[in-house]
Amino acid sequence: MDQRSHYQEQFNAFERTLNGDAASPVHALRRTAMGHLQQVGFPTSADEEWRFTNVQPISNRSFTPSIQPPASSLTSSEIEKLTVPAQDRFVFINGHYAPWLSSVKVPNNVRAISLAEARSTDRQMIERHLAHSVKGTETGFTALNTAFLFDGLYLHVPSGVEIAEPIVLVYVADRSAAETVIQPRNLIVLEERAAAKVVEFYVSNDGGSYLTNAVTEVVLGKRARLEHDKVQFESLSAFHMAVTHVAQSKESVYRSNNFALGGKLVRNELTSAMNDERCECTLNGLSLGTGEQLIDNHTTIDHAKPNCNSWEVYKAVLAGRARGVFNGKIFVRKDAQKTDAKQTNKTLLLSDEATIDTKPQLEIFADDVKCTHGATVGQLDEQQVFYLRSRGIGADDARDILTFAFADEVVGHVSIEAVRDRLEQIIHLRLDEGRVA
Amino acid sequence: MLEIKNLHASINGNEILRGVNLKVSAGEVHAIMGPNGSGKSTLASILAGREVYDVTDGQVLYNGQDLLEMDPEERAREGVFLAFQYPVEIPGVTNSYFLKTALNSIRKHRGLEELDAVDFLKMVRERMKLVEMEESFLNRPVNEGFSGGEKKRNEIFHMAVLEPKLALLDETDSGLDIDALRIVADGVNKLRRKENATVVVTHYQRLLNYIVPDFVHVLVDGRIVRSGGKELALHLEDKGYELMREGSETTARRG
Ligand SMILES: Nc1ncnc2c1ncn2[C@@H]1O[C@H](COP(=O)(O)OP(=O)(O)O)[C@@H](O)[C@H]1O
Ligand SMILES: [Mg+2]
Repeated sequence: MDQRSHYQEQFNAFERTLNGDAASPVHALRRTAMGHLQQVGFPTSADEEWRFTNVQPISNRSFTPSIQPPASSLTSSEIEKLTVPAQDRFVFINGHYAPWLSSVKVPNNVRAISLAEARSTDRQMIERHLAHSVKGTETGFTALNTAFLFDGLYLHVPSGVEIAEPIVLVYVADRSAAETVIQPRNLIVLEERAAAKVVEFYVSNDGGSYLTNAVTEVVLGKRARLEHDKVQFESLSAFHMAVTHVAQSKESVYRSNNFALGGKLVRNELTSAMNDERCECTLNGLSLGTGEQLIDNHTTIDHAKPNCNSWEVYKAVLAGRARGVFNGKIFVRKDAQKTDAKQTNKTLLLSDEATIDTKPQLEIFADDVKCTHGATVGQLDEQQVFYLRSRGIGADDARDILTFAFADEVVGHVSIEAVRDRLEQIIHLRLDEGRVA
Repeated sequence: MLEIKNLHASINGNEILRGVNLKVSAGEVHAIMGPNGSGKSTLASILAGREVYDVTDGQVLYNGQDLLEMDPEERAREGVFLAFQYPVEIPGVTNSYFLKTALNSIRKHRGLEELDAVDFLKMVRERMKLVEMEESFLNRPVNEGFSGGEKKRNEIFHMAVLEPKLALLDETDSGLDIDALRIVADGVNKLRRKENATVVVTHYQRLLNYIVPDFVHVLVDGRIVRSGGKELALHLEDKGYELMREGSETTARRG
């Protein structure tokens, strides 16, 4: 069956379960999105933005949107083992909020609830922000997410409130996830001078072959500060498509640390629009690919106004027959004088068959700016390997130590110790697998 | 302990070592001197197991084993240590992690228990004093951002921790001021044991005032052209290497 009609049918079935919700403004968004999906379909490699990433393995299949909450026996300690211990934690199983595994102790005036709930309790904010930042840029995947928009995190931090404890989101694909599409939708709004840390985990508990199709929208008020960490450690037979869109106001600070460690076919699109003066945007990324994995990172930093700074370092470690894609766009608009933008992409290829397609894309329309970019692709430094071996360290260990050090630099940017520890664990695990593969 | 017989080695078809003969026994200190480019580092690197060189002829025995057949890490575990002329920077790996991994690989090979963090720290603190290094160097990435002198000192610190049987010191004196030179030499002297041997590679006589060799060999154009006692070093200081080149008599020690 044609995929568009498959999802249309699924949509019709979904609509029938909605009752009153079908009259809500959110449902109007859904219908528009479904219309858009019908029009554009999924991207193909004929599309410039998807040249190196063929999504046919996804578009050829008929994933079923996960509409009913699954029965699951996952326990709190199992969740902790898959992720990190956390005081403030939201757990979603196959995309459905699991309150019995979640606990939130944020200050009273902070709204940290499931989006499904917020849609009735915080309607005004939802209507103001939901689906706004992604408007006009929707691919078939974003449209699919919006069409079945149901749940995720809603975080609203009011003016002047700083939350010290990280808010940890856990998207876990449980055993029943196979053949389904899980579609998290997060909305994070920080008002003036608010500060928070949000960590997204995407993990699998024997989830098998499924599709995660996530959309996260972030709105940062004047002088707001957000550390936004993402740990993607999905099943190696899963697909992961994710879009994150950040809208920054004056003097706001956005820091993203993005770890793509699992998944069979992975695409991250991360866009930050610095819409006013003196913003800062830092994008750090690490991809770790082995076997047949394909990991694609597309980032966009939009310098729309003067005096904004951006730093971007994306690294990849690719072994086996893994493929990496990095596309880093930096726009410097006519207005954006005194822009300071620095982009680096470094790839370590551990095998002859691993490949990376890397493309910096700087489009600069202002004249008084400082923009640099650089890309390196290489193997481990043989002199370094020899130095370690000459001290008694075995050849495989020497290679692992150097590879780990390369990857760990990105981990160092995460401010949350428990997350760093977990990341290091996963990286060691993946390196061991990579060595076997 | 070490016996090098007629060693020939080349890189990219260029012959660099052209028949080196050398015998080193336990308890001895040998100095190998020679002008720049004569092949001293090549010889030291080949002994440590660097694979970029082609050994085209000859043999190296280390305690009766064929050294050239062994992997670099095997050699290190069996007690061979090279202090690099140009120590390598390893970003992202702390000196202490690096050393602990190295030491435990060696200990494991020797059937000793691995040291835990506490015992390791106790030991390295004591060894650092030998080369007057500050503890902060433990937590810094290996050699990254170290000054030339700090790198050389770090090499001797590694040596102090790993306790090799055969230490090869390649131009460990270069780039050191007189104080640092004394510290490094003192460290080496304190580590001397009658069951160990040291080979000091240098093109200055200076270091040999502090680390007094039992034997001095002169390497010119990939061959040892003269061997003698410590007075040979002084002789070289006066006369230079040029004479050696002409009088190319090969007097490898003890045949
Ligand atoms: N890795 C290498 N590649 C090419 N040539 C080399 C390499 N290492 C050494 N050589 C050459 O071998 C010769 C001896 O060098 P080296 O052993 O470093 O001398 P020394 O340590 O006595 O100064 C020099 O001519 C040098 O250029
Ligand atoms: Mg040299």
